[in-house]
Amino acid sequence: MMLQLIAQFDWLEPFRSEVGQRIVLVGALTNVACALVGCYLVLRRMSLMGDAIAHAVLPGIVLAFLFSGSMNIVPLFVGAAAVGLLTTFLTQTLHQFGRVPTDAAMGAVFTSLFALGVVLLKRYITGVHFDVACVYEGSLTGVALDTFPLGGWEVPRQLLTVLPVVVLNLTAILLLWKEFKLSAFDPGLSTTMGYSATALHYLLMALVAVTSVASFQAVGSILVVAMLIVPPATAQLLCDRLSRMVLVACVFAIASAVGGYWLAHRWDVSPAGAMAVFAGGMYAVAVLFAPQYGIVSALVRNLQTSLRILREDLLSMLYRNEELGGRPLSASTAIAAVGGGWLARWAQAMLKRRGRLTVAADGLHLTPDGRERAKRLVRGHRLWEAYLVKHLGLPLDHVHAPADRVEHFINQPLRDELQKAVDDAQQDPHGREIPEFRL
Amino acid sequence: MIGQSITFNIMLGTALLGATAGAIGTFAVLRRRALVGDMLSHAALPGICIAFVIMENRNLIGLSLGALATGLLAIGAVTVICRWTRTKEDAAIGIVLSTFFGAGVVLLSIVQRNTSGNQAGLDKFLFGETAGMRASDVQLLIATALFSLVIVIALYKEFQLLSFDVDFAAAQGWPTLALDLVMMGTLAVVTVVGLPIVGVILMAAMIILPGAGARFWTNHLGRTLAVAAIAGGAAGAVGTFLASPLPNQWFGWQAAEFGASRRSIPPGPLIVLTAAAFFLSSVLFAPQAGVVARALAELRLRLRISREHLLRALYELSEPHLPDRPRITESQLIAHRAWNRPSLDWWLRRAESKGLVKRDDHDVQLTPAGLAAAAEVTRTHRLWELFLVSSAGIASNHVDRDADDVEHMLPAPLVDELEQRLAAAGKLPAMPSDLPQSPHEIWADG
Repeated sequence: MMLQLIAQFDWLEPFRSEVGQRIVLVGALTNVACALVGCYLVLRRMSLMGDAIAHAVLPGIVLAFLFSGSMNIVPLFVGAAAVGLLTTFLTQTLHQFGRVPTDAAMGAVFTSLFALGVVLLKRYITGVHFDVACVYEGSLTGVALDTFPLGGWEVPRQLLTVLPVVVLNLTAILLLWKEFKLSAFDPGLSTTMGYSATALHYLLMALVAVTSVASFQAVGSILVVAMLIVPPATAQLLCDRLSRMVLVACVFAIASAVGGYWLAHRWDVSPAGAMAVFAGGMYAVAVLFAPQYGIVSALVRNLQTSLRILREDLLSMLYRNEELGGRPLSASTAIAAVGGGWLARWAQAMLKRRGRLTVAADGLHLTPDGRERAKRLVRGHRLWEAYLVKHLGLPLDHVHAPADRVEHFINQPLRDELQKAVDDAQQDPHGREIPEFRL
Repeated sequence: MIGQSITFNIMLGTALLGATAGAIGTFAVLRRRALVGDMLSHAALPGICIAFVIMENRNLIGLSLGALATGLLAIGAVTVICRWTRTKEDAAIGIVLSTFFGAGVVLLSIVQRNTSGNQAGLDKFLFGETAGMRASDVQLLIATALFSLVIVIALYKEFQLLSFDVDFAAAQGWPTLALDLVMMGTLAVVTVVGLPIVGVILMAAMIILPGAGARFWTNHLGRTLAVAAIAGGAAGAVGTFLASPLPNQWFGWQAAEFGASRRSIPPGPLIVLTAAAFFLSSVLFAPQAGVVARALAELRLRLRISREHLLRALYELSEPHLPDRPRITESQLIAHRAWNRPSLDWWLRRAESKGLVKRDDHDVQLTPAGLAAAAEVTRTHRLWELFLVSSAGIASNHVDRDADDVEHMLPAPLVDELEQRLAAAGKLPAMPSDLPQSPHEIWADG
């Protein structure tokens, strides 16, 4: 089914090769492993701890290699987890007892450890392919070519490393779901309730370190950093629930593996780099267009509110003018009176298009529909004024401005309540009629 | 000779870089933006690649301009993300860092495909090529150092304000955003110039370590900058020297041509480890803020507090018999204040060695010097108690504990002032001795 689908579309061509599928598979699993723990890093505002650990494990790897004499994964895990915890511990200790600011402590620790790793590497390891640049960039293609047969499939050997880590992370998160959740949002409360935030923090850091090492060979440390931080941060822009955030982060992690590989194949570039770029691109889109927290979405929302307020101001102004029996206002006067500018002109055009007012030779006229809406607004305004005078004892000349601001946000239930609160008054404090309005 | 002059040139260059990065980095550390240096050095990679593609050569200034461009772009991106989204600063830095670096890796694979030989490899970018430093690079470093110096001198007070109290700076009407950008921009310039020499990670270290270490030696910004610059410069020179052939010959390490053999350790990591040694020794051994100094100070304070407790207990037990100095048994002391016997013994031995008490068997007697010291301690204690009773309205049976906590911290002028004020208000009881009477009963038997 999937393969048929792939065969059908030209642009899915990159996914036809078996190597390509393996790259995507390994990449996706690695990314998911990172994103799972990354959510908690982002929530605890420790994102850069991921960066620090991803770099600082180098001496751990080198030492493990020196002692075990092989690239066997188990000693590498142990060495990396140990140095990862050491990084966390040193950062914490420097901050707590040395009074170094957290970020400086983190930077000092991981750069020094990294330098130590490079020195150890250059000094003691020869003859083996142990390229630091490779630790940085990873070699997804190499990983995809290193396979073993399993039930008729060629399975990448890297899966043996990554899959257990995914399972480990998933198990830890599911088992300690509420503990991690609590300590992510309120470490103090978590500790007082008996779930030590510090212990959970160290556990999380150990998971991060193990995940980093498992991912190095495939995607390199920089993609580890990208996947620890970017998909969770993207998910955070879209969700307000932790469970959804974790799920969405995993989806983005898989998407960046797929999309990144597609880009890499298209441009014939490093897959790991392309995955990081793709993830960054998705984050950028989320920054702009996330429904709740996106920049553009917020701008559009603000614009809509501004337009609505201008429209309502225009309507109620025309209503008051009618009420006073004045001559109809000309369009330009009305627009100038609500502040002028292109927004006000736009608001007036919208009103006209929606049939709330007509433009005649002598000026603007409300349509019956427009008048009804204007009544609603003016009623809310005057009820509010009456309420302010009756219950807050504000002087008469102080009530118009607040009512002017709040009238746009008074709905029918509130109007009913206000009406009750002012004992069904028929007039506002200035002696003007509170217009009746019934749906 | 020639080899040594090359070494000297490189040492000069790395020292200049270390000094500049140290001084500018101090501001980054104080501004809690230490990891911006890390981000900048990662974000430079795509710029370097683009510049390389455009210019098709490895002109250092051209590549630096490219790096600077993407570095500034990265700073802009972080600023925008922090200001207008719910993403926090740490995540923003991480996102920009990894995405830009990913883009750099992508561009790099394009560069390496399209050009032959003579390419800027990732390896060189990551770890720098200290050994490849030329005279023109040293000139560029001198120019950068002067540029940073001018910026720091010109904007000294603005940067100072920004580093310690941004909100106050904003309230005073300083353009904090613009100043921040200038500060980070200068940092970007230094980072970019240093990148080809020490590499990405290690450049971040050059920015953070000297400044973070210097902070321990002085509380004065100008002096912190100077210490950071000197430490950074020294780290550069010493690290380069350690990597040079000379010490290798001295210590019987691998004698190799400078940077030629794959096994020889590149200077970059050694520079960083030297800087790390400075940082660590600052954290531990700085005279006032260092961990050891603070631990010692605290230990001294604890010793003094315990000694003063002992003296006051002895005074209170001796008080009924003054001006005689009676012998007091250890059991009396234990009943008076909860000590356990071994620690009391230890405290008494310390007091004896200071000539404050005389001991034989299980009896203790204040020496004249000890009596004077004990009287002084007790005077402070009682004056504070009287002050609490008369001015803070605290019940007399509640003041002993409070005074017990604070008596060790009261400076002599304050105690004198307290005495004068209490005397002026007529609240010092007339006493045969010059010590006020305790406002509460002394619990002679525990």
